[in-house]
Amino acid sequence: MRFALAGNPNSGKTTLFNLLTGSTAHVGNWPGVTVDRKEGTYRNKGVKASDACERIDIVDLPGIYSLSPYTPEEVVARNYILDEMGDGPDLIINIVDATNLERNLYLTTQIMESDIPVVVALNMTDVLHRNGAKIDERALSERLGVPVVAISALHAEGIGELMNRACEVAKKGRKGSSVIEDSPMAEAFGRIVDLFREKGLSHPVFRAVKAIEGDILYTGDNADVARRIEEIKHNIALRPELEGDFEAAVADARYRYITEHYKSAITRPSGKSGRSTSEKIDSVLTNKVLGLPIFFLFMFLVFHLTFAEPLMFTDRFVEDGIPSPGVLLQTWMGNFTDAVTEATAGLLESMGASDWATGLIIDGLFAGVGGVLSFLPQILMLFLFLSIMEDTGYMARAAFLMDRPLRRFGISGKAFLPLLMGFGCSVPAMMGTRTLDDEKERRLTIMLMPFFSCGAKLPIWSMFAAAIFPNNADKAVFAIYFIGIAAAIGAAIVLRGTILKGAASVFIMELPAYHWPKLRNVAANLWEKARGFIVRATTIIAGATIVIWFLSNFDFSFSMVDPNSQESIVGVLGSALVPIFRPLGFASMPDAWKAVVAIVTGLIAKEMVVSTLGVLYNPEVEGDALEDDAAAGALAAALVASFSPAAALSFMTFNLLSVPCMAAVATANAEMRSGKWLWITIGFWLLTAWVGAFIVYHATRLMGF
Amino acid sequence: MQKSLDQLTPGETGTVARVGGGGMIKRRLFDMGITPGTEITLKKTAPLGDPIEVEIRGYALSVRKSEAEAVVMNVEGGASL
Repeated sequence: MRFALAGNPNSGKTTLFNLLTGSTAHVGNWPGVTVDRKEGTYRNKGVKASDACERIDIVDLPGIYSLSPYTPEEVVARNYILDEMGDGPDLIINIVDATNLERNLYLTTQIMESDIPVVVALNMTDVLHRNGAKIDERALSERLGVPVVAISALHAEGIGELMNRACEVAKKGRKGSSVIEDSPMAEAFGRIVDLFREKGLSHPVFRAVKAIEGDILYTGDNADVARRIEEIKHNIALRPELEGDFEAAVADARYRYITEHYKSAITRPSGKSGRSTSEKIDSVLTNKVLGLPIFFLFMFLVFHLTFAEPLMFTDRFVEDGIPSPGVLLQTWMGNFTDAVTEATAGLLESMGASDWATGLIIDGLFAGVGGVLSFLPQILMLFLFLSIMEDTGYMARAAFLMDRPLRRFGISGKAFLPLLMGFGCSVPAMMGTRTLDDEKERRLTIMLMPFFSCGAKLPIWSMFAAAIFPNNADKAVFAIYFIGIAAAIGAAIVLRGTILKGAASVFIMELPAYHWPKLRNVAANLWEKARGFIVRATTIIAGATIVIWFLSNFDFSFSMVDPNSQESIVGVLGSALVPIFRPLGFASMPDAWKAVVAIVTGLIAKEMVVSTLGVLYNPEVEGDALEDDAAAGALAAALVASFSPAAALSFMTFNLLSVPCMAAVATANAEMRSGKWLWITIGFWLLTAWVGAFIVYHATRLMGF
Repeated sequence: MQKSLDQLTPGETGTVARVGGGGMIKRRLFDMGITPGTEITLKKTAPLGDPIEVEIRGYALSVRKSEAEAVVMNVEGGASL
C-alpha cells in the first residue's frame, strides 16, 4: 500500500510524517524538479504480516494551499495525485489544521475531486478544545463523504485509528466529487464531467473542474473536447463581481460551500478568535517599535551562542569566561578526532607502517577530515536555531519584518528565509528558493546565496580569526558576515539593474500560529544535515584531501619530493595562478601559491580550504606532529608570517564570495534549469569574489591595517 | 463606502467587494481565502510601513500594500461611491 500525505504548510504535516515513518524516512527528488520527495514506511503492528496494511509506504507531498498550476510544488502534488508518473497513491491522507479549518478545507475540496480514496486527519483538535471550541467530526465526515479522524500529531494521539480507517477505505474505491455540483455552474459542470467520462479519462471530476478554470492540461489532446468545453462554458452566467473570471468563480464556489456547510461543524465560545496567544506574542515580536530590534537581537544571540569564545560578561566572574555552547562542543569534537588520530598513529607505528603510508593516513586523511569534522557542532548549532525559528513560526515574521527593507533591492521578504538558510548551507537554501513564485527572483536569490556565509566557510573564519586577530576574533568573523551582506546588497542592485531587470515578486504569505518547536522535527532536520555533512566529509572531502596530499608530496614525474615544496605538482600549479591574485594582497609572499591552491580547492568544497592550508602550511613539528596544540600553534604562526591583517581579510573575502562548492553548483544548475544561467552565475561569483577582495584589501590598508 | 484593502486603518473591518488585478496574484489572493463577501480586518502594518497583516477566515495573512490595492472593500461609514 502507498499513502500520500497532503496538506497546507503549517498544518502539522511534517510532524505527522516524522511520527508515521520515524527512522525509515529518506529524502529524494521528484523527477524533473528539485522539490523534496520525502518517503518512509509505516508498520502497522496491529494486523497480520500478510495484510496489505501491515506495511505502508508514506509519500510526503509538498505543503501547498491549492492544486493550482502556478508553483512547482503544486504541480508536483497534483501530478502525483493524478498518477501521472505511474506510482500514484492508493489513498490520500489529507491533514487539516482544525484551528484554521476554512482555509485548510479549501485544499480538501480540491483533493476530493480526484477518484482516490481520502481520509481527513483533523489535526490540532486538542488546541481547539483548549480554546473552549468544539468540533463535530461526524457532521464534517458526513458532509465530505470521507472518514474524518481527530488526531494530535504533536502528542501522537489518534494515529492508530487514523491508519486503521485509512486502510479500510483504501481497499474500497472512491468516485470524485466536487463542490461545483452544488453551485450555479452545476449543470454545465455535469456536462463537462460526462464529456471526460465518455472519453474514458481518469479522474473526470478533477479534469472537469480544471477545464472550467481554463487549465488546458486537463482538456487532453482532443481538440474536439476542448471546443465543446468552450461552448459549454460560454453559456455559464457568472455573478457580476467575478468579472467573467472562471478561476475566481471556482475558488469562490469552494469558499462559499465551506462557509455554508462546514463552518457550523465548529462551535466557538463567543468573542474568542482562537488566535489570541499568537496575537499577544505578535504584539511584541512584530511591534512597530520593538519588532526590528528584537529580530536583530535574536540574530545576535544566535551567532553569539554559536561562535563566542567567552560568552558576554562571563569573563568577569570566571577566568577566561565561559565558552559558548558552539565553541564548547567544537572543542570536544576536536579532542575526539585528535584522540582517534593519535590512536590510529600508534596502531600504524606498532604495525611498522612505512613513513609514506603514515604520512598519507595521518597528515593527509585524518588531518583533513578531522579538521573539517571538528566544525560540525557549530554548523549544527546554527541549523538548530534556524530549525527552531522555522518550527515556531518566527521565520514568517522575519519575512514580514524584512520585506520592506529588502524590496528596495528587488528581493521580497519571502526570499529572506532562504537567504537566512544560506548562513547554514547554500544547498538547502537554494532549494528553499522554490517558495518564490518569480523566476527572476529565484535566479537572483540563488546568485546571492554564497554571500551569506555558510557553515562550511566557518572553519576558515575561525582559523584566521584565531591566528591573525586573536584579540578580536568575534569582530573579525562579524566583519566577514557584514562584508557578505554588503556584497549581496550591492550585487542585488547591480543585477536588478542589468541582467535581471524587474521588481520584487508578490508577497502573499500566511503568518502561522506560534507553536513550541517540536523536538522530533528539529532533531530529524538536524540529523539529516549532520548525515549529509559527515557523508561529504568522509567521501568527497576525504578523497580530495588524499589527492591534495598526493599532489603536494609528488612532482610531475611522480617521485616524492619535500612535502609542500614548490617543486610539488600543487606548487607548480599554484605558482602559475599567483599573478591573477597579486592585486588582492595575499599573493605577494614567496609562499603565496599555498593560499592560491587553497582557493582553488575551495571551489570544490569550502571545507577544503582549511584542510589544504593545514596540509600546505603545516611545518614539520619534529617528532611531535601529533601534539595538537603545538601543531595548531605552528600553523597559526605560519599564517601570521604569510598574511598581514589586510591580506587575511582579503583572502577570507575571496573565499566568502566565490563559487561555494560543487554541491552548490550542482544545486544551482538543477534549480535554474539553464546551462547558460549556470555559467553566468559561476562567472558572476568569481568576478564578485575578485572585485570584493580587491576592495576589502585596499580599504583595510587605507584604514591603516 | 468602498476603499481598497491597503487603505483600511488598523482595527478596521470590511467585506471584500471584488478582487481586481489578474493572473497569478489574483489566483493567490483567492486561494488564500480573499473572495467576494469575506470579512477582513486590518491588524497592523509592519514596522517599516509595509507589508500589512490582516485577519481573514480566522488566520493571519500578510500581503504587501501593492497587492492589497487590488482588493476592493466595502466598509461601514460614509455614502456608497
